[in-house]
Amino acid sequence: MGHFAIVAGQIFNGFSVGSILLLIALGLALSFGLMNVINMAHGEMLMVGGYLSYLACKIVHGPMSLLFAFLFAFVGSALLGALLEVTIIRWLYGRPLDTLLATWGVSLILQQGARSLFGPIGVEVVAPAWLDGAVSFNHGFLAGLSMPYVRIFIIVVTVVVLGLLTLFIARTRWGLYLRAVHQDREMAQALGVNTKLVDLLVFSVGTGVAGLAGAALALIAPVTPTVGQNYIVYAFLVVIVGGLGSLFGTTLAALFVGLISSAVQMFTSVSLADVFLLVLVIVFIQFRPRGIIFARSRNMKEA
Amino acid sequence: MNQMLNRFKQLAFVGCCTLLISVSCYAQDQTVKVGVLHSLSGTMAISEDTVKNSTLLAIDQVNASGGVLGKKIVPVIEDGSSDPAIFSQKAQKLIQEDKVVTVFGGWTSASRKAMLPVFERFHSLLWYPVQFEGNECSSNIMYSGAQPNQQILPALDWAFEKGKKKVFLLGSDYVFPRTANLILKKHILKNGGVVAGEEYVPLGGTDFSAIITKIKIAKPDVVFSTVNGDSNVSFFKQLTAAGITQTQLPVMSFSIAEQEAKAMGPSLVNGSYTAWNYFQSLSNVKNKEFIAAYKAKYGKDAVLDDPMVHGYIDVLIWAAAVKKAGSFDPNAVRKAATQLGSIASPLGDIKFAENQSLYQTAYVGQLQPDGQIKVLWQSKGALHPDPYDALAFPGKTCVVK
Repeated sequence: MGHFAIVAGQIFNGFSVGSILLLIALGLALSFGLMNVINMAHGEMLMVGGYLSYLACKIVHGPMSLLFAFLFAFVGSALLGALLEVTIIRWLYGRPLDTLLATWGVSLILQQGARSLFGPIGVEVVAPAWLDGAVSFNHGFLAGLSMPYVRIFIIVVTVVVLGLLTLFIARTRWGLYLRAVHQDREMAQALGVNTKLVDLLVFSVGTGVAGLAGAALALIAPVTPTVGQNYIVYAFLVVIVGGLGSLFGTTLAALFVGLISSAVQMFTSVSLADVFLLVLVIVFIQFRPRGIIFARSRNMKEA
Repeated sequence: MNQMLNRFKQLAFVGCCTLLISVSCYAQDQTVKVGVLHSLSGTMAISEDTVKNSTLLAIDQVNASGGVLGKKIVPVIEDGSSDPAIFSQKAQKLIQEDKVVTVFGGWTSASRKAMLPVFERFHSLLWYPVQFEGNECSSNIMYSGAQPNQQILPALDWAFEKGKKKVFLLGSDYVFPRTANLILKKHILKNGGVVAGEEYVPLGGTDFSAIITKIKIAKPDVVFSTVNGDSNVSFFKQLTAAGITQTQLPVMSFSIAEQEAKAMGPSLVNGSYTAWNYFQSLSNVKNKEFIAAYKAKYGKDAVLDDPMVHGYIDVLIWAAAVKKAGSFDPNAVRKAATQLGSIASPLGDIKFAENQSLYQTAYVGQLQPDGQIKVLWQSKGALHPDPYDALAFPGKTCVVK
């Protein structure tokens, strides 16, 4: 393997890791960044998405099963998110610490629920045949580089989701309401925006995207009751580094984290790369406490 | 009248109490409690849940044949949750609150290390069923799993014999893989081999992308994997997705047995190698009986593997040692266990050495499409257990008091 191939391979790996992180962080960026809700159960939405896609693949077979699985994971976890919003989150707006505690409880309940339903042992989603294999280079300066279709597929899914979300926020009426509520909740309410419905919608979309992340992750790793725990810290990290409320910032931060950790892993080890990354984030937050992209928040008084 | 009623109540109360106490004393006379402590949740559950099952099967069998010293064994099952701190807490709970006479359990070295001081402090006895890295020897633990010279080193000898001398070491980041790889490195270098690389992932880690790139660059002849738990699923999935097949680059795993192969899907690990002291495919009478009994209890799709068999024989040996000692006292039991002589088991004839570890035969096998393991090689007879590798830990020997 030549140097170019190695560097290209690691950049690809960085994008791959970054894209999974981004899928998880996008939902969090919506709920945490825009609505100020610290949702500790966000990781479990990822887990739910993983299990839903596992179930979907059991029901529907054939080459298109995966697309159905993704849809199922999105809708299922969005509905669960809606339920969570209506029953718990709605009553705790403006009390971030209380939402933290309440959603943490929810996350533990969901983990135990998954353990009771599916057993402690992880389940697997087998990628369909058309995702087997990889783009391989056998000649030229990229010789030895191979990019698995599965990882390319996940990157594509991420790009599509990011595009749709951006369109939703920038181009639709509900996106406009969302931005209005984010900027000034009371004023938006006074102008006749149904803020409760906006909150519900945003939160459900956020958890739905986390479910998608779970379905994507299931293609390369087992779905276990605790899978969400592995990612929740990184998701918060990405959202905070990216800047609260900024999807663009979140995207940059996810890629930054993915690329840095895969580059550092090449020179050191996986554990050391994690340490390095966390130190880097601590230093970064010292100098840019509001993250890469600073979005105005509705709480201008606090700023 | 009122007074009389009160007196009657008092009398009735005292009578009931006496009755209760005598009933509970009677019940205590007839049973003896043992602890079964395994991860029933978390990343290790994939492996440990079934060891718990085989331990319970052995307890059933001992009870069916009349129990020990006329007492029925009652297992108290606890979940270590794949967390060493919880293992330590639960061990203490079993000994102090439940008053168990011994505990069967543990898988990761981290969990054993966490439980060790508890068993030493309370002078209790742990039966540990899994292969381990050595460099430890406590009189409060019966080590029935393989020592390094009974699993990883025979596997290395076999690989060298096959001309696979450039070895990539990969493990989960905790004590077993780190120590095992330390021992392996010493032996690889001594025997003229090459260490192509050494990498670790956090326990439960799912991202192997950078490590697979490193493996591709290093071009080893074989990967020696001490990756534990369901991280193995991610590793093999990503290895296959990166276009590395088992024929191009075989992986020799020390944590994948029949149970893991079944849970991961046998096709994922088909063709890879593994080394243990037991395979379900071993053909001896005791093994056939064991397999039949296990399947009768846990379903015909169940598979058996090395740590499960060790979890099973631990109970049988404990029961035999209790009978020999004529007491449940841990000190008497552990001494009796090393003086039992050979016992027929699914592993073949087994026997505890003076250092409280088991004599074992080492096997190297290859995973088949049906998830079973074909024996490719076996050591000449049972190997003496040696917790302290002479190259890695010179001058240390195991002496139990």
